[in-house]
Amino acid sequence: MNNKYQIYMLLLKARTFIALLAVVLFFGFMVSNFITVSNLLIMTQHVAITGLIAIGMTLVILTAGIDLSVGSVVGLGGMIAGLLLTQGVTFGDHMLFFSVIEVIIIVMIFGGLVGLVNGVIITKCGVAPFICTLGMLYIGRGAALLVNNGSTFPNLVGLEELGNTGFAELGSGTVLGIYIPIWIMVVMTLIAIYITNKTPLGRYIYAIGSNENGARLAGVPIIKTKLFVYIFSGVCSAIVGLILASQLLTSHPMTGNMFEMDAIGAAALGGTSLAGGRGKVLGSIIGAFVIVFLADGMVMMGVSNFWQMVIKGMVIIAAVIIDQFQERLQRKVVLMSRTAEVTGGKESAA
Amino acid sequence: MPDATLDKGKAQDEVIMETLDLTRVYPGITALKSVNYKVYRNKVNVLIGENGAGKSTMMRMLAGVERPSSGRILMDGEEVSFESTAKAEEHGVAIIFQELNLFANMSVMDNIFIAHEHFHKGVIDTKTEYQKAKELLENLDLKVDPHTMLGDLGVGHRQLIEIARAMSKDARVLIMDEPTSALSQAEVRNLFRVIRQLKEKGVTIIYISHRLEELMEIGDEISIFRDGMFVGAKHRQDASIAWIIENMVGAKKKQFDYHKAEYGEKVLELKDLTSFKETGGYQLDHVSFSLRRGEVIGIYGLLGAGRTELFNSILGLLEYQGGSVEMEGAALEGLSYQLRLRRGLAFVPEDRQKEGVLAIMSIKANMTMTQLCLIPFYQSLRPCNEHHERELVNGMIKDLSIKVSNMNLPVNSLSGGNQQKVVIGKQFLIKPKVILLDEPTRGIDVGAKQDVYQQIGKLAASGMGVVFSSSELDEVMALSDRVLVLAAGKITADIPREELDRERIIRASTPVKL
Repeated sequence: MNNKYQIYMLLLKARTFIALLAVVLFFGFMVSNFITVSNLLIMTQHVAITGLIAIGMTLVILTAGIDLSVGSVVGLGGMIAGLLLTQGVTFGDHMLFFSVIEVIIIVMIFGGLVGLVNGVIITKCGVAPFICTLGMLYIGRGAALLVNNGSTFPNLVGLEELGNTGFAELGSGTVLGIYIPIWIMVVMTLIAIYITNKTPLGRYIYAIGSNENGARLAGVPIIKTKLFVYIFSGVCSAIVGLILASQLLTSHPMTGNMFEMDAIGAAALGGTSLAGGRGKVLGSIIGAFVIVFLADGMVMMGVSNFWQMVIKGMVIIAAVIIDQFQERLQRKVVLMSRTAEVTGGKESAA
Repeated sequence: MPDATLDKGKAQDEVIMETLDLTRVYPGITALKSVNYKVYRNKVNVLIGENGAGKSTMMRMLAGVERPSSGRILMDGEEVSFESTAKAEEHGVAIIFQELNLFANMSVMDNIFIAHEHFHKGVIDTKTEYQKAKELLENLDLKVDPHTMLGDLGVGHRQLIEIARAMSKDARVLIMDEPTSALSQAEVRNLFRVIRQLKEKGVTIIYISHRLEELMEIGDEISIFRDGMFVGAKHRQDASIAWIIENMVGAKKKQFDYHKAEYGEKVLELKDLTSFKETGGYQLDHVSFSLRRGEVIGIYGLLGAGRTELFNSILGLLEYQGGSVEMEGAALEGLSYQLRLRRGLAFVPEDRQKEGVLAIMSIKANMTMTQLCLIPFYQSLRPCNEHHERELVNGMIKDLSIKVSNMNLPVNSLSGGNQQKVVIGKQFLIKPKVILLDEPTRGIDVGAKQDVYQQIGKLAASGMGVVFSSSELDEVMALSDRVLVLAAGKITADIPREELDRERIIRASTPVKL
C-alpha cells in the first residue's frame, strides 16, 4: 500500500514536468509544425519573457510577499530605454546620448530602484506587499504613459553618429544559434538557483517565508533580505522591458500589461506556495514553459483568444489544487505510517 | 496498560464519556497511545500530567477540535464521531481553551452568542440576547453589563464569559484546559466557586491543570497522563500527592548532576530596567541583577509575571522606558536585536512553533541559521560551507543527543523535544557569552529535558552566563545557581542555591493582592 502512495507522490512531485510533456505531446499531434527546432526556439524565446519575471517573482513569493508591479516596470523600463535611445538626456543646450550598453545598465538600475522603493515601503512602512506593489503597478503604468504622453518611441535603431546602434541584438540576436533572451534567462536562472540553494541569503529567503517571527529571532536580516528580493525582481522586469523593446525596436507604454499574472501563474504552476517558504526557481521556469507553450500552441491551433484565457486560468487553478492535494497526501502518508507504528497496524480512521 | 484502581462495580451510567483505544499521531510525535479514559457524570474530572503528556490532545478530541487517528469515543454508551466542535456542542460538550477564544473588540453579549446568535425576523435579536446574557452572567454571579466591551474586562472575568458562552450552548460536559494559569488567587477562588455551582446544576467538568494543590481541592476523580498514555486514576479521597507525582514523573526520575561552575567576571548587568504597560502599571518594575560567567540564573514566575518581557527587553526586542542593560561593561541601548546577537547574546524563545523552528526547512538549515546570520550582509552571497555545516550540526546532534535519521529532513518531522533541541542547538552553535532561555523545556518529555539540563550545565562550565525561565519549580531548583523570583514585573526574591526553599519561592511569586 505504501508503495502505491510513493508512486503517487513521485508523480505529483514531477507534475509540472509531466504537464509540460503533456502540452508538448498534445500540440505535437495537433499542430503539424509544433515540434520543430525553429518553432521550439521561438517559443522558448517567448518563455524567456515570462520566465525572467517569474524568477524574480519566485524569490519574492518565497519570502511570502508578492510583486504586482513587474508588468509596469517592464513597460516603464522599455519607455526609458526608448527615451534614452531616441532623445537622450537634455542639459540646457546639450544633449547627452548613451551607448546601448549604458542604456541597458541604466534601465536595469532603474528597475532595481523601483524594487528598492517597493522594499522600503513594505519593510519600513509596514505596508502589505500586495497593496504596495499594486500601488506601484498603477504608478509605473502611469509613468510609462507620461514619458511620451501616451505615445510610443518607434524605430529604436539608433544613429551611427551617436554611437547607439545595435539595440536589436539584445532581443533578436543569437549566440550559437540560440536567441540571446534565452541565454539571459538561463544565466538569471542559474544565478537565482545559486542564491536560493547555495548561499546564506537563500536560507534567509526561505526562513522568512517559513516563519518570519522565527527568522527574526534567529537573527535573519529581514529588511535587507526583503529589499534584495524586491530589487532583484525589479531588475528582472527591467531586463524584460529591454528585451521586448529591442525585439520590436519600439517601446510601447502598455507593454507588459498583465505580465505579473503570468509570472505568478508560472510560479504557482511550478509548485511555489504563495504562503512562502516553499518552492524552487527551476519549478517556476518549467511553469513558465507550460504557460507559454500552452498559449503558443493554442494560437497555432487557432483557438480563440477568449478561450485561451479561460484555459490558462483553469490550468493554473488545477495546478494549485494538485499542489494542495500533494501536501495533504504527504501528511496523510506520514500519519498513516505513524499510526500503524503505534497501534500495530490495527485500524486507521480516515 | 492503565491500572484498574478504579472501582469496577461502578454503574455504567456514572460514566458520561469514554474513550476506547484512542490514538492520535502527529508527523513528529505520538500525542496519545491507545488511551482508555472515562469521564464520570456530574463530577470534576481532573486530568494531570507534565507538559506534553497528551492531556490537551485528549481534550481537543473530546471536544471535536481534532479527530483521532484511531480509536473510538463513546458518549452515554453510544459511539459518537465529532467531526467539528459544532458537532460536539450538539452533544453538549464544550471546551474552554487555555488561550481564551474571545473577541476583545466586541461586547460581552456578542461574545457569548457568537456563531449561535438569536434571531428575530432574520436579524440578530439583541433584546433576547441581552436578557439571556444577563441571566447567564447572574448565574455566575458576574456583575457585568452584557453591553460591556470584552476588552475592558480582566482575565478572570473573561474566563467566566467563556463559561457563560459554554453554558449558553447547554453544555453538559465542560472541558477547561488550564483555566487558572493566568488568574490571581482571588480569581481562582471565584472560579472554583463557579465550578462547584455548575456541578450542582448537573454539569460534568473536565479540568486540566498541573497545579497539584488546585487539583486536590477541586477534583473528584483524578486521572494521570504520561507520555501520551493513561497511567492511572483514583478518587480524590484515595489519591495522595505522592501518588500523583510518582505517576506523573514515572520511573525516569528527574536527575541532574549539579556542579557549580567557576564564576568569571560580570558579563551582563541590568540596572533598574523599567517598562510600562499600555494599560498602566509596570511590565518591568525596576529590575536589576547581574550575571557572571559560568553562572546559571533561574527565573521563576507565574504566567504574566514579566519573564518574556524581561528577556525581550534585554534582547532589544521590546522598548523599555528606564534603566539600562550592559554587557561586559558596555551599554546595549540603541543596538538592534541582531547587533546584540553579534555582541554575544543568544536567545531561545518560549513558543517553539511560532518563534523557534522554521518548520518547513531542514534540520540542518534550522541549526545553522543563526550562525549564518552573524556574517555581514554583503557576505551572504558567498556560498555556504556545507561541509563545515554538516560537521557542526553533527557535533550538536551528538552533544544534545537529538534523534535524527537525516539532517536534511524538515524539522517538523521531529518530535517536540527534538525540535526544541534543534532550536537550542541553533543558539549554542554561535558560542554566545550569555544565553537567555525562555521556558526551554516547555512541552518536551522528561528524557529530552535531561539532555537540555546537561547541556546547560556544560555551557555554564565552559564559562557562558545562562539565564533561563521556567514555570516548573523543580526545574528551577535543580538547575540554578541563583533563583530570581519575578512577580508582576518585579524581582521579589533573589535566592542563592544554598538557601532555596519551595515555600519561599512560591510565596514570592504570588503577587500580593490589594
